[in-house]
Amino acid sequence: MTTTTAAVQKESAPAPAPTLGDHVRGYLARVRGGDIGALPAVLGLVVLCVVFSIMRPSFLSAGNFANLFTQGAAVTLIAMGLVFVLLLGEIDLSAGFASGVCAAVLAVLVTEQGLPWYVALVAALGTGVLIGLVLGLLVAKIGIPSFVVTLAGFLAFQGIVLLLIKGGNNVSVRDSVLVAIANRNMPPVLGWVLAGVAVAGYAAVQLLRHRKRAARGLVTDPLAVVAARIGGLALILGVAVYILNQERSRVLVTSLKGVPIVVPIIAVLLIVWTFVLQRTAYGRHIYAVGGNKEAARRAGINVDRIRISVFVICSAMAAIGGIVAASRANSVDANTGGSDVLLYAVGAAVIGGTSLFGGKGRVLDAVLGGAVVAVINNGMGLMGYSSGVKYVVTGSVLLLAAGVDALSRRRATATGNR
Amino acid sequence: MSATPLLELRGIDKSFGPVQVLRDVAFAVQPGEVTALVGDNGAGKSTLVKCISGIHPTDAGEFFFEGAPVSINSPRDAAGLGIEVVYQDLALCDNLDIVQNMFLGREKRSGLVLDEATMEQMAADTLAGLSVRTVQSLRQHVSSLSGGQRQTVAIAKAVLWNSKLVILDEPTAALGVAQTAQVLELVRRLADNGLAVVLISHNMNDVFAVSDRIAALYLGQMVAQVRTTDVTHAQVVELITAGRTESTADLGKTTSTGADR
Repeated sequence: MTTTTAAVQKESAPAPAPTLGDHVRGYLARVRGGDIGALPAVLGLVVLCVVFSIMRPSFLSAGNFANLFTQGAAVTLIAMGLVFVLLLGEIDLSAGFASGVCAAVLAVLVTEQGLPWYVALVAALGTGVLIGLVLGLLVAKIGIPSFVVTLAGFLAFQGIVLLLIKGGNNVSVRDSVLVAIANRNMPPVLGWVLAGVAVAGYAAVQLLRHRKRAARGLVTDPLAVVAARIGGLALILGVAVYILNQERSRVLVTSLKGVPIVVPIIAVLLIVWTFVLQRTAYGRHIYAVGGNKEAARRAGINVDRIRISVFVICSAMAAIGGIVAASRANSVDANTGGSDVLLYAVGAAVIGGTSLFGGKGRVLDAVLGGAVVAVINNGMGLMGYSSGVKYVVTGSVLLLAAGVDALSRRRATATGNR
Repeated sequence: MSATPLLELRGIDKSFGPVQVLRDVAFAVQPGEVTALVGDNGAGKSTLVKCISGIHPTDAGEFFFEGAPVSINSPRDAAGLGIEVVYQDLALCDNLDIVQNMFLGREKRSGLVLDEATMEQMAADTLAGLSVRTVQSLRQHVSSLSGGQRQTVAIAKAVLWNSKLVILDEPTAALGVAQTAQVLELVRRLADNGLAVVLISHNMNDVFAVSDRIAALYLGQMVAQVRTTDVTHAQVVELITAGRTESTADLGKTTSTGADR
């Protein structure tokens, strides 16, 4: 019956524990195979920081370091939402003006209607969810390409912003809580406490997983790698908090120190969305739909629901970005969420290593990419270049990132790694 | 004939608009056996499989599963009965690893969180149960696997769920010689483990290598269901191309359903 010539089979003994060396070699092999992840963004960030620090020493000052966070916050938040849409290989061009609409709703409710800040905040978020729901339904149920739907949204939302703020007016946001979001800092002690909690929490999660897997006899990362990860996070957070807790005020009348309030907001959202993508079935299904829609459908995944939901997440994150932008500018005008915001956000996600082809990307990418965009903007501003030059450079960086994405994808196909 | 078939279809009709694709088809699958479903392009093999797996509703006919009448109206019904289909294009997500693919859509969780450790262990056990030793790590992305390894993962995915009937659509179509042998060996092992296996194939060598029975479709009709040992290579080819053989009388004594009209 069986005419099987036993095929060559590699005997893999019950999972030899990989050593530190194996781990490093495995990582290098993956990078060579085209799975570069956020490597270009991290390298780019280092190079940019070194160059700008040499050219303009003021780049390295504590005050400028804090500025980077508040300048990049809105774009980073929008980019975090865009990652979800990009993971499905879709695009949301309307995210910028969606954030503008939500910011306008916030400003109009709080300033013109005199409603309390939390009502306005919820309304702005609700507007974002509603926008995402409409976009998602149009894409998933009617079947209009997301490019077209969101391009229409791009134009229409621009109009809605104008209508909400009645033409060229500038609606100010004076509510102290809302203004604090992007303009105030936490007490230095709280910064240390939160950093400590973050490191402890990360360490607990990593070590618990390591123990659980080891107990079950599964392949585990070497303990040295786990320790290095925890140590790395502790180092980065420690240095950042230390710098941000320095006195940044030039005049000694008012004190200006502490971690900007937007930082923990971004950090919490980063943790929440990373958890959703990496540790829940819903996140797994997003990757599956982005990787092979048909396979996902046959596996019983409700593809339409996934597609709608990512647009909802994206627009809701845009709303948060809009709120931060309104807070930072103390006002909402016709340009809130407009001009370069969307392209910077898409650029941030792609520069960070999220693929435009779907199926590959992390929320952390948006944060890293957002940092690159913020550093370019900030550094070139310090060097006194005009916004014309800034646009050209940022555009080139985006193109470079998309090129790296396409090339690494090709390399990955060639080496059978993707 | 032996005990109750695991799955038995009687009088299945199926049309797409004016085109009648299946006419009065009868089909039986025994547990512990590989049943090869053969037929030329357009004979209705894929349609029959899609009817069994609940993708297409049938126009007429009855389904019996383990002797009891059942109705299969959706892929979920089929999965509920323990019927799993391994598609020709494999339906794996390249950007996910082996474990993630095997549990896709049916992830194990503890609370809200995915239970990766349990899934990895179950996947390892399943692959070990099938004596698969060709994959280095269960956390490899499927994209880095060879064609045969992907097929193995797809089959293991179908077996994972205590399925009783595994339908394989052209599992060796895109494979090289060594990999084909590997997959056929796996197919044989499924049947030896007591599962019913339906193998759709164009390749007579594959069919004769692993199957216990051959069911031949010709223009939407089941022209023969015979034991593999009772027929020759040439007879099967004749059944596929002409819908009959000169020695039909011989075949009649084993089974003949809807053959001569």
